[in-house]
Amino acid sequence: MIGRNATAGYLDVLCPMHVIVNRSGHIVHAGPTVQKLHSGKPVVGQRFLEMFVLKRPRALSSVEDLRKAAGTKLHLQLSIAPYTALKGILMPGPQEDQLLVNLSFGISIIDAVRDFELTSADFAATDMAIEMLYLVEAKSAAMEASRKLNLRLQGAKIAAEEQAFTDTLTGLKNRRAMDHILARQIEADCKFAIMHIDLDFFKAVNDTKGHAAGDYVLQVVSRIMVEETRETDTVGRVGGDEFIVMLPNGPSESALFGIGERIIDKLEAPIMFQGDECRVSASIGSAFYSPGCNLSAEALIANADVALYASKNAGRAQQTFYSPELEHAEDPASDVQRYRQVH
Amino acid sequence: MHGLINRAIQCFVTDSYGPEKWADAARWAELGLVDFESMLTYEDSMTHRAIDAVCHVLNRPRTDIMEDIGTYLVSHPNTEALRRLLRFGGVNFVEFLQSLDDLPDRARLAVADLELPTLEVRDHSAVQFSLVTSSSVEGFGHVMMGLLRTMADDYGALVVLEHQGGGQGSETISISLVMTEFAEGRRFDLGARMS
Repeated sequence: MIGRNATAGYLDVLCPMHVIVNRSGHIVHAGPTVQKLHSGKPVVGQRFLEMFVLKRPRALSSVEDLRKAAGTKLHLQLSIAPYTALKGILMPGPQEDQLLVNLSFGISIIDAVRDFELTSADFAATDMAIEMLYLVEAKSAAMEASRKLNLRLQGAKIAAEEQAFTDTLTGLKNRRAMDHILARQIEADCKFAIMHIDLDFFKAVNDTKGHAAGDYVLQVVSRIMVEETRETDTVGRVGGDEFIVMLPNGPSESALFGIGERIIDKLEAPIMFQGDECRVSASIGSAFYSPGCNLSAEALIANADVALYASKNAGRAQQTFYSPELEHAEDPASDVQRYRQVH
Repeated sequence: MHGLINRAIQCFVTDSYGPEKWADAARWAELGLVDFESMLTYEDSMTHRAIDAVCHVLNRPRTDIMEDIGTYLVSHPNTEALRRLLRFGGVNFVEFLQSLDDLPDRARLAVADLELPTLEVRDHSAVQFSLVTSSSVEGFGHVMMGLLRTMADDYGALVVLEHQGGGQGSETISISLVMTEFAEGRRFDLGARMS
């Protein structure tokens, strides 16, 4: 036979968080770790259901009720600060009419070790609490390292995007690149031209044939523009279906006109996408930069825009050269007409 | 080798000798980078080159550098998290020593792709132990020498360590425990929050 004191001694080692409750509901013995939960006040002599609030199952209020709950999982809470949540299980105690309740911190372990200044010695050697604390700390450290890596990678990605000069869909220069190139040309103050090209009927392709078809058309159109311009020219995609071509070394009006005509001609050929015929065209507005004209890049593009607007108004698939009269012209297309008549 | 291991070498040099020395070593080793990322994996040869370069740049023998890395890992404020994780291994130095067998598994629980060198602890008596390490990194045993010496201080134990050499990637350290509670040791608060 194991004596009463010996049993309590065993239990203190095996279950340092147990309490033994007598028939009146008072705690007659508490394991060493339970002692730490009561901020230095004696645990023995306390009423079990006053020291711990039973959260579940709810209806139990007497020792008799508790006895019937033997073997079921109990959810408890410390009735005084820091109101730690506890799990428990109850069985008949070592003596008649006694109850043995074994407690555990469950998930509140992380706060509990700090609140009660627990050490490894407060847990049974078989308790997984220390391993769990280890894992929480190890995982948090690993997560923190991963989080820092993610932040750095995200920063690098944003920086790379900001520094990118290429439009990923078409392989052409992007708006950022074109801004740089134009600024450099203006700084050099030599004669050059820009063509602002806007696709006609592209929205219809996108709407009726889908975005995949639209993307394909943009790729074909981009290739045509690169093929029909000179090696020294730069083609950039500056909007959804808007392009700017920068033509250095002072091209003549007729050379520029020839390039524009060829681009429009080639673009108008049907583009086949998955057996579907896609048809687009283009309107072009061109503007020259002459040395000493003091035009900014914005002003130069605005000039090309005015000419482009005139082409659109003239019924699309047209090209127009900028002239100051266009800004006030009632029929902006007249300029092209005039040009065509001249040539 | 895992970025955590490479990063440990980098941080050892940076925290002990300054970032310029590390930059020199990274250049000399032709790593093609200055910063190792702790959560990425790198070719083993980069780790070997990095260690060679650190010895060259600091002009110190490999055994010294390796032992200093071991000491750094468990004593520098920047690596406090690691010291804490090791302290979870046991409440006294002997328990800690016996937990080293499980260290690679413990590490894998935290970071699934982290492969640590194999460690095997043998008990010859209550006060006499040996640790056998096996790693592709030559001189890894010396890292463990530094680490064990510092952890013994941490626990307040007095130990005598001796590197007994080895071969084919395996190294043996003999550990004699002179006193378990020689000094107070450093406090280990289970509930301390790592920032």
